[in-house]
Amino acid sequence: MIYIIQNYWQALLYSDGYQITGVAMTLWLLTISCAIGFCLALPLAIARNAKNPVIWFPVWLYTFIFRGTPLLVQLLIVYTGLYSLDFVRNTPALNEFFRQGINCTIVAFALNTGAYTTEIFAGSIRETNFGEVDAARAFGMSQFTLYRRIILPSALRRALPVYSNEVILMLHSTTLAFTATVPDLLKVTKDAYSATYDPFDAFGLAALLYLCISFALITGFRKAEQHFLAFLKP
Amino acid sequence: MISLSGFGPQIAAGTLTTVELSILSLLVSFAIGLAGATAKLSKNPVLNTVATIYTTIIRGVPDLVLMLLIFYSLQIWLNDFTDWLGNVFPNVDIEQINLDPFTSGVITLGFIYGAYFTETFRGAFMAVPRGQLEAARAFGMKPGKVFRRILFPQMMRFALPGLGNNWQVILKATALVYLIGLTDVIKACQNAGEATFNTFFFFCIAGMVYLALTTISNGILMLLERKYAVGVRKAVL
Repeated sequence: MIYIIQNYWQALLYSDGYQITGVAMTLWLLTISCAIGFCLALPLAIARNAKNPVIWFPVWLYTFIFRGTPLLVQLLIVYTGLYSLDFVRNTPALNEFFRQGINCTIVAFALNTGAYTTEIFAGSIRETNFGEVDAARAFGMSQFTLYRRIILPSALRRALPVYSNEVILMLHSTTLAFTATVPDLLKVTKDAYSATYDPFDAFGLAALLYLCISFALITGFRKAEQHFLAFLKP
Repeated sequence: MISLSGFGPQIAAGTLTTVELSILSLLVSFAIGLAGATAKLSKNPVLNTVATIYTTIIRGVPDLVLMLLIFYSLQIWLNDFTDWLGNVFPNVDIEQINLDPFTSGVITLGFIYGAYFTETFRGAFMAVPRGQLEAARAFGMKPGKVFRRILFPQMMRFALPGLGNNWQVILKATALVYLIGLTDVIKACQNAGEATFNTFFFFCIAGMVYLALTTISNGILMLLERKYAVGVRKAVL
């Protein structure tokens, strides 16, 4: 344990001297994929509740496919699958983009968390109290203002507890990034394990670090809930 | 028509492995979940603390990290254990126990998702009205019978949505076993893809297999929910 900490603490936490690694990489993956997923989910959640099947069906299909398959399969399709296609290799921009493991990882992660987040937000929008919407309409709000001022603020707040769960699950999913050669926390741990053949210490250390990140996230979300959901207190 | 280039049997065998692994892990985690929920609701402080630590740690650490931790450490612990047994009983011939990826996959997945089942069952146990249990006890039923006849059937109704969720998660988590070297549907598709230089197509096949499995299990869950909802009156809106 001491040997691993002495030799790998820097790589485990932020950098191995060449690139960002370890906890910093894990947090970066988590932040960027959740941010893209959030931006993706907001319009899709509204579209998911549309009355027109031409609008809601594609969104339903997207969430169905991405929630019905393992993230590992999605990552393998984006990372190794897409690159085996000729037109991807022959288009310079696509070739450049999909050759980088980290780009593929972020694409797969963002699409995956986007699908789950879409369903979370859509469910919460669906459960908006009809009285609030009626009142807003009676005020003469346009559809856009209705969403911006009434539905979205309340729906996003009510979605917070479930969304925090999704973020924690996403943190757990970032461990898959090492299959695409991204030097996240687990990758560094695996290197440490290969060097020492001491699985319990190496992976135990990683488990401890992940536990700390999880607890930090849970505490942060609990604070946010206390702030944003104060109106729901008994 | 989609051509699998002769890799159909391998992919089918891989799918079977995935299904077997998921079902066995489900059974293990179901049992652990029942025991864990009982421990968490018991008045014994030791059991209570152990169960709480178990669920907190397991749910805070990524499943892949736990899987690698258990998969690589379990063999070492087993070797140490058999060595120790050999030293204690020098006359008995003790063989080394080798864990194959399938067994360690079942053990680790069961152990990990047992924590999630514990939480599901705990909520469901608490949802059964106390009066039901008191009535059963007043009838002179022994604790085992109370559990079998009264608590379990009613608890299942509350637990089913959560169980369904957990099952879907387990089904998708079996994909991780590919990373510790089991030939599941993903590995079979990867082999096929590398042999035919068409990885994209074969990974999509793997995705479709999982999609089919989740869709089928969704249907079964709906049937089960209807079965356990017998005798419950719902408000007509």
